[in-house]
Amino acid sequence: MKFQIEDVTVYFPYDHIYPEQYQYMLELKRALDARGHCLLEMPTGTGKTAALLSLITSYSLTHPSNPLKLLYCTRTVHEMEKTLAELRRLLHYLPPQTRLLALGLSSRKNLCVNPTALSSTSRDSVDSACRRLTASWVRSLAAERPPGDIETCSFFEAFDRAASGGPDAVMLPPGVYTLQDLRAIGRERGWCPYFLARQLIRYANVVVYSYQYLLDPKVAGVISREMQRECVVVFDEAHNIDNVCIEALSVSVRKQTLDGATRNLNRMAQEIDRFKATDAGRLRAEYNRLVEGLAQRGNLPLTDSWLANPALPDDILKEAVPGNIRKAEHFLAVLRRLVQYLKGRLQTENVETEVPVAFVASVSSQAGIDQKMLKFCYDRLHSLMLTLEITDTDEFLHIQTVCDFATLVGTYTRGFSIIIEPFDERMPHIPDPVLQLSCHDASLAIKPVFDRFQSVVITSGTLSPIDLYPRLLNFNPVISRSFTMSLTRDCICPMVLTRGSDQLPVSTKFDMRSDPGVVRNYGRLLLEMVAAIPDGIVCFFVSYSYMDGIVNSWNEMGILQDVMQHKLVFIETQDVVETTLALDNYRRACDCGRGAVFFSVARGKVAEGIDFDRHYGRLVIMFGVPFQYTLSRILLARLEYLRDTFQIKEGDFLTFDALRQAAQCVGRVIRSKADYGMMIFADKRYSRHDKRSKLPGWILSHLRDAHLNLSTDMALHIAREFLRRMAQPYDKTGGTGKKTLLSQEDLEKMSEATLEMF
Amino acid sequence: MATITMAAKYKTSVKEPGIPGVLKMMEDRFVFTPNDPRSSTKLNVDFRQIKGHKFSKDGSKQALLNLTQDPEKGGGYIFEFNSFPDRNACRDFVGKVLGRIQSAEKPPASQHAEQLSTKELERRMKLLTEDSELQNLHRQLVANGVLMDSEFWAARQNLLDNDNYGAPKQRAGFKSAMLADVKPLADGRTNKVTFSLTAETIHQIFAEKPAVHRAFLDYVPTKMTEKDFWTKYCRAEYLHKTKNSVAAAAEAAEDEELAIFLKHDDILANETRRKIQRVDPTLDMEADVGDDYMHLPDHGILRDGSKETVEGDNEFSRRTLSQDLNRHGAVVLEGRALDVELGDTRTVAEALARSKQGSSTENSDENANMEKLERVCRMTEIEDLQAPRTFPVAPLCIKDPREYFDSQQANAVKTLGDNGAGMKPMDCSLSAEEAWIYLMGQISQVKVRGFNHPIVQSEAALKVLNGLNQNLSSTKYQFGKNSQESVLDRLPQRIKADLLNHWTTIQELLRHFWSSYPITTEHLSKKVIRLKDAMTDIYVKLQEIKESVQGDFRHQVSLLVQPMVQALDAAFAHHDNEQQKRAAKGGVKPNGFAQ
Repeated sequence: MKFQIEDVTVYFPYDHIYPEQYQYMLELKRALDARGHCLLEMPTGTGKTAALLSLITSYSLTHPSNPLKLLYCTRTVHEMEKTLAELRRLLHYLPPQTRLLALGLSSRKNLCVNPTALSSTSRDSVDSACRRLTASWVRSLAAERPPGDIETCSFFEAFDRAASGGPDAVMLPPGVYTLQDLRAIGRERGWCPYFLARQLIRYANVVVYSYQYLLDPKVAGVISREMQRECVVVFDEAHNIDNVCIEALSVSVRKQTLDGATRNLNRMAQEIDRFKATDAGRLRAEYNRLVEGLAQRGNLPLTDSWLANPALPDDILKEAVPGNIRKAEHFLAVLRRLVQYLKGRLQTENVETEVPVAFVASVSSQAGIDQKMLKFCYDRLHSLMLTLEITDTDEFLHIQTVCDFATLVGTYTRGFSIIIEPFDERMPHIPDPVLQLSCHDASLAIKPVFDRFQSVVITSGTLSPIDLYPRLLNFNPVISRSFTMSLTRDCICPMVLTRGSDQLPVSTKFDMRSDPGVVRNYGRLLLEMVAAIPDGIVCFFVSYSYMDGIVNSWNEMGILQDVMQHKLVFIETQDVVETTLALDNYRRACDCGRGAVFFSVARGKVAEGIDFDRHYGRLVIMFGVPFQYTLSRILLARLEYLRDTFQIKEGDFLTFDALRQAAQCVGRVIRSKADYGMMIFADKRYSRHDKRSKLPGWILSHLRDAHLNLSTDMALHIAREFLRRMAQPYDKTGGTGKKTLLSQEDLEKMSEATLEMF
Repeated sequence: MATITMAAKYKTSVKEPGIPGVLKMMEDRFVFTPNDPRSSTKLNVDFRQIKGHKFSKDGSKQALLNLTQDPEKGGGYIFEFNSFPDRNACRDFVGKVLGRIQSAEKPPASQHAEQLSTKELERRMKLLTEDSELQNLHRQLVANGVLMDSEFWAARQNLLDNDNYGAPKQRAGFKSAMLADVKPLADGRTNKVTFSLTAETIHQIFAEKPAVHRAFLDYVPTKMTEKDFWTKYCRAEYLHKTKNSVAAAAEAAEDEELAIFLKHDDILANETRRKIQRVDPTLDMEADVGDDYMHLPDHGILRDGSKETVEGDNEFSRRTLSQDLNRHGAVVLEGRALDVELGDTRTVAEALARSKQGSSTENSDENANMEKLERVCRMTEIEDLQAPRTFPVAPLCIKDPREYFDSQQANAVKTLGDNGAGMKPMDCSLSAEEAWIYLMGQISQVKVRGFNHPIVQSEAALKVLNGLNQNLSSTKYQFGKNSQESVLDRLPQRIKADLLNHWTTIQELLRHFWSSYPITTEHLSKKVIRLKDAMTDIYVKLQEIKESVQGDFRHQVSLLVQPMVQALDAAFAHHDNEQQKRAAKGGVKPNGFAQ
């Protein structure tokens, strides 16, 4: 359908539209007009992505003189696929002369088509295998030698030849390209898909990629440097964005890291000696370059650049490398001293917590390395590795980690803390010393994004309380709104279950969780539900260890066997491959009508990005409240920082964090208004007002008072009732009352009405 | 089939020396020409006269073939051949010819004594013994000569068919329960634990644990006996279950066969790698690992409690319950691809290996990719924002096509026969305009006159309703509110049994009675007479019952009997009516136009 929002003609790829989608587009349009950032919460199952893509694309079509570029950030690759699929759908509805180029971007591992490089399994080895074939010095060497002597990548060579004819020579026709399409094109034309994509993002109208490509400075410097200011950046499913930000700037150093770093240093020393004997000119040339500063980085050949500086690039580029680490052997000596110092710090018996300033002072006094040297470690290492022509970068990860750490600690004075733990608290008998540099301030990583791009849209199904996010991320949204869901019928049914069938309370509180009574009550709950509810059921547990424990107990009690009489059981494990296959099988079991239960973990990968819509999930059970591990030093340090800086109370933050995870888990069950699903919060703590009120509005509005304090049998009764109600035919447009589904005609009437009002 | 020519000796009895000559068999007849042209024993016999054939066993003294004319009397045309292959060729030929002739003759023949195979008879016997009611009915009707056996069974063809050549039985899949997870049983007194494995369990173990399967194929029976193998397996399972990884490692070090059961399953790992390629891209979390730069070692937050530290990489303790559960689910979904009977472990293992080979060769190609893409597209769209899409049509599956089409054809023929007389040949070449005019004319006619024949006559309907009402209210009055009880329960046992019995008999008789009309053959008219007599008997019996009961029940019984009597009356009336018509017309009309 096609309609007007103020001056923008919006192309929407469906015949009808939800009123909240219309509202959402309206707010988004105003934010784009104001060239400001916005924060929008809209319940899951109301077609956020479709509304967003449709409006932004239409907006840039309306303003052809100043085309907007859309950078769409997803949490995961599979969400990227989903987004591109929606975009492809939209493309069919746009006017035919539209030239829209959209593509997904991922790492080499997901894009490479070279069989040699692909044979390695992990991402790092694919990266370094690629570098071994495409590094500039490898290629120049191959050009000198007779052909076949030195292996190069035919795909990259072909791409390079084509690209030398100018950017138009490698331009793809307008369209939507998923990772698989890119690979297919790569195979067909013999071009390297990864570098093709890297080239194309400069010209694409829509780029879909992972958060890290914008947030993590290590990656963002390489990938997103060329993006101009006229970009709309969208962070979808952004409820966890603060965690992503702090993770991007956190590094930990373990004993293995330091041992590996020592090995790396030895190898580099050998290389330096070799070069001194054969090609001393190279080292001298590097020295001269460093005297002039590191500003030449932009001219590096495409294939030589890799992870960029973990700090903010602008600070660094203005200054030259300090004199005492310009010589290769001097720099090595500095690194040796640093590693030695860190080794010493790790040999502590007690937990130590320090702020960066104190740490830098102590490094300076004990190892003679000042703050500026620390700050330049990463770039200096990078330069040195290029000079030494090191291609197997995956071997050098350890020393890179150490340099990351040094640069971060040398750059930031606040918002970080250094925590040294001699062992994991939960396993005190196993010595495993770790030195962790943990970031507490989410705004540090996202600051350049807010500064550089004109509009940043942060959106998710759960952003409650919505006023907290601007504080955590330290920005001023021009629009910040939370939408409710207009429902044709009560298609979601949240319940709080506080007691088992024996009327004893259930909870995952630390003192209760291993109580066999609670375990049994949880098991009985699942068993009753499995027998009553068709198709798929998803269960979320608070942690892997808790899930393992309770599943084993159920197995011993025989509950699991009873559950399997009704449905197959699949479990998320820490192994992603296994989990992916389990999910695939789960879907097949639901498709074929056999029905299945999926056990998953809140905060796990499945809870993050997999939808359990329609028959894939008719019921979600959240066993317990997914609080973070509150004894963790890092969490305590972060809470302290939040209290001091933003005046956020510890308890409030913990509850907020737990409830957004819970809401996220249960929100996966619904996809559209035609869909329906139940949500059971199985913990007595959910009935308390301070916990419950943190749930997003669209869940709260359906949580009736009568459903706040249920036992298993009552919940079962309600579930049966609900399923029966959902089986009745209904009027999708909402009938005579408030319209919940708008057609083009309705929208035209609405806009006329608003015109008359003015 | 053409012809077959063979040298043979013709004899009239087995002991005779026989007359040498040439036997020539054609499709409809066989001709015997003696070698001695002067001999008078020339034969030229139509195969239709031959009712059966007998032959001597291969390897017996003489190669004989006896074409019998009459099964009871014996004798017939006996031929002796020079060799058994010659005889067999002729025998096969005769068999085919006779088979064809008999099947062609069947329809007329089936009205008389039906040739029944023993299998068929057994089945009928079985049905009768299983169902006492059926047996009762059979005894009453068939034994008393009211119905013929074949008539009785013809109405119950479905019972016979179902098992006879029923559709291939649905194969049972794997059970959802985890059988492979064998639980040890301790007897409590000694330290002995017992595992019990059934064929089903073993099959599941093979399917879920390819390494065990491979080991079985490799070791049994060359290296160890099956019993030893399973003992070892159970020992490994026990070690695994007790989570005694130290003991497990120690034992595995000593015993390499045992180690196989405890180690990580490398076949599974390969299979996993293959499968992950085909996974739906919207689920593929494995792709994230490659995209997630946090994944760099030592980057991100290491120890905040959300990530669990994995326990030591002891290769023997890696298999967890979750993995078992996932694996089990996958195997159950794949389904059982075996056709062999469970039982012999070795055959099961080999069949499984074969089926695996078959499945591993099939490859995912571009087609599968396209399908995947389409699926993703379908999954992403919001269903209620647009008109429902038309789903691809599922093919209609008729369980028993023969039965379905036979019944369809029978119906068609019946309707054709019913209005056969009144049917006018229709000129179908109407133009659209003519058809329109005709249709309008019909509609206006209906408007003016109304329907001639409403489905239910209003007076009749009223009568039935009144009757029912009265009946109900009187019954209700008798019983009060107890709705559980029925009228029958209050009658004396014997009368109740009699009534029920008569009811089923009457139904059976009426079914046969009405199905005999229109009477087209002599056989049918005889049958109708027989049926009518039987019905008259029952009619009398019903009256007797009615009179025998007294007092309170009399009214109830008469109410119960009434519908039966009415049904019988209707049948009698019809019969008399027909009889008169036939008498009036004097049977001038040819068959098929009895009405």
